[in-house]
Amino acid sequence: MIPPDATLYEILTGPVLWGTFIIFGVGVVLRVLLYVKGLDWKIDRVTYGVNTSYGVKGAIKSVFSWLIPFGTRNWRANPVMTTAVFVFHFGLLFTPVFLLAHNMMLTERWGFSLWTISESFADYLTIAVLISAVYMVLRRIALPEVRIITTFYDYLILLIAVAPFVTGFMARYQFSDYQFWLLAHIISGEIMLIAIPFTKLSHFVLFFCSRAQLGMDFGIKRGGMKGNKQLTW
Amino acid sequence: MPQGILCNNRPVNSKERIMELMGDAGGKKYYKEMETLDVSHDDLGALIKKTCKSRIRTWLEICNHCGLCADSCFFYLTNNKDPKQTPSYKIQSTLGELVRRKGKVDAAFMINAMDTAWGKCTCCNRCGLYCPHGIDMGAMFSYLRGLLFSQGFVPYELKIGSGMHRVYRGQMDVTTEDWVDTCEWMADEYGVDYPGLEIPIDKPNADIIYTLNAREPKFYPEDVAEMAILFQMAGENWTVPSVGWEETSLTMFAGDWEGCKMQVETVYDAIERLKPKRMVVTECGHAYRGTVVEGPYYAGLESGKTPIETLHYVEWVAEALREGKIKIDPAKKIKEPVTIQDACNYVRNGGLEKCTREIASYLCEEVIEMEPHGEHAFCCGGGGGLNGLARYGPERKIGFKNKRDQVLATGCKFVLTPCHNCWDAIRDMEEAYHIGIKWSFLKPLLIKAAIMPDHMKLKEE
Repeated sequence: MIPPDATLYEILTGPVLWGTFIIFGVGVVLRVLLYVKGLDWKIDRVTYGVNTSYGVKGAIKSVFSWLIPFGTRNWRANPVMTTAVFVFHFGLLFTPVFLLAHNMMLTERWGFSLWTISESFADYLTIAVLISAVYMVLRRIALPEVRIITTFYDYLILLIAVAPFVTGFMARYQFSDYQFWLLAHIISGEIMLIAIPFTKLSHFVLFFCSRAQLGMDFGIKRGGMKGNKQLTW
Repeated sequence: MPQGILCNNRPVNSKERIMELMGDAGGKKYYKEMETLDVSHDDLGALIKKTCKSRIRTWLEICNHCGLCADSCFFYLTNNKDPKQTPSYKIQSTLGELVRRKGKVDAAFMINAMDTAWGKCTCCNRCGLYCPHGIDMGAMFSYLRGLLFSQGFVPYELKIGSGMHRVYRGQMDVTTEDWVDTCEWMADEYGVDYPGLEIPIDKPNADIIYTLNAREPKFYPEDVAEMAILFQMAGENWTVPSVGWEETSLTMFAGDWEGCKMQVETVYDAIERLKPKRMVVTECGHAYRGTVVEGPYYAGLESGKTPIETLHYVEWVAEALREGKIKIDPAKKIKEPVTIQDACNYVRNGGLEKCTREIASYLCEEVIEMEPHGEHAFCCGGGGGLNGLARYGPERKIGFKNKRDQVLATGCKFVLTPCHNCWDAIRDMEEAYHIGIKWSFLKPLLIKAAIMPDHMKLKEE
């Protein structure tokens, strides 16, 4: 129950935050389960359940090759974009989890905290995320092959992803109304988490599913069983 | 017009309809009828619902629109980097839209989707290797072809091709009698130079059953003779089936899923009937893809494998050279530098990159690789059925520029093309751009360079 005199901050970091975590957690688990449930060996033409060991090898190679910066031919062919992508995703995932302020909240509420990064390092990461995001926006505008497939939705997704960083940065440096930026930060963070299962941000988990599936396809059917050779991405 | 006389959603299942279609030279009337062909929203919507599952839906959803697939496509590269040739754009504007609209589209939409699925994509699957999210647009185009076929929006030649498979169980009208006659004729004719040359038909329990491409008996019977010479040279116990010898699948190119099953089951039936130990398939890429890679799935085999172990021709040749069954005369090795055209269907999508290199190490003095090659090789420019589609001739000619420049960069004047479609494409590329090259299948080169074993030498009079 929410006490009648609870502040907006208390509500947002209390029941709303819990609700957010539940939607996010259940949402991403469901997305993975539904993905796996929708796989069909006859339609996809991949025997997921037969020769699975080859498929698993293919899946692991497919996922990890692309998780390593410059680990694939296409990452190497596009060094600037690759740098931006990795800096962006690293900052996006690493910063909020190991941020001192977030961990202080953890200690306050539950009496424990994770290892934390220094505030200045968090600042650098935030700035790096924002620069990468700006690069990605400019790239969308500048390159014809990207512009033609870019929609408003792509910008919205990017905005949802970077908004917690912008608002968090504003709150930290208290450029103007601290309370406003703090609340905006919490709300934007919660929007991002809720958006993950429902939008293209679902690639948070579906990246792994899709990569693993294609890895299995190559690992089982398209050559992976010929001399035990796995495709080089 | 709800359904055309020539252009309609009914698969071609009779000789009469094949003849009727072939009477419409170039498909002029066929394409005219297509412009007003009805799209059944209910049927198409139901088919999408039934067959578009999480793999493709996820691909369509999580495409990040980053454009990193653009440079992987030879059509994009050769069309002055036209953004409309970006694989992501091509698939999102066709299949993506079709799925979003649940099949509620008109003939104009379907014709544009057809022109994209066959005229701007060869289903080489190269883009799949370049997408960070693991989105294989070639696989999606192959699926889109199936949706288009179901409503009759398929290029003219492939409507006929699919019909050929349905009626003759082959991509051309080669009957069992024609095929058996060709084998006997070739054995007789080449038996003069290669005494005792045999083409054993329907021999049970052979070590090898050989299956091939209908073009070989129809237009290049010497290819049939050459395979016999090489098997005999290697001392193999082999056979060809009188029925079920056709390895190719224009039904696969056409998106005729039912036809794919009918075709491949004919081959598997021959295996069942003759009980050979292994199958060897000819120097053809899509035949291998259609019958060996995808075939077991068309036939619903839960193992995902052909009923018996199957080797592509390059695998068999590599093995025969390695084991000394065929010996190359070092003096007869190809002296000039050679480059290798990797067929997407058995290299990127079949894992056989090393076999051709191994063969070349016996056969050629020097190999200069195209860049990129192997799994990352570019399509020859004629794959996915494109070679045979008159409607997309201009697109194909532009696409050839990529292979032309790749070959020119090697400095080689000789291209090994152990694939029917690559062979055609390289020939047509040479005809279009005159870069002064030669190209060849492996069989004639092997016969020319091999040391003739005693049992095949002409007896001195």
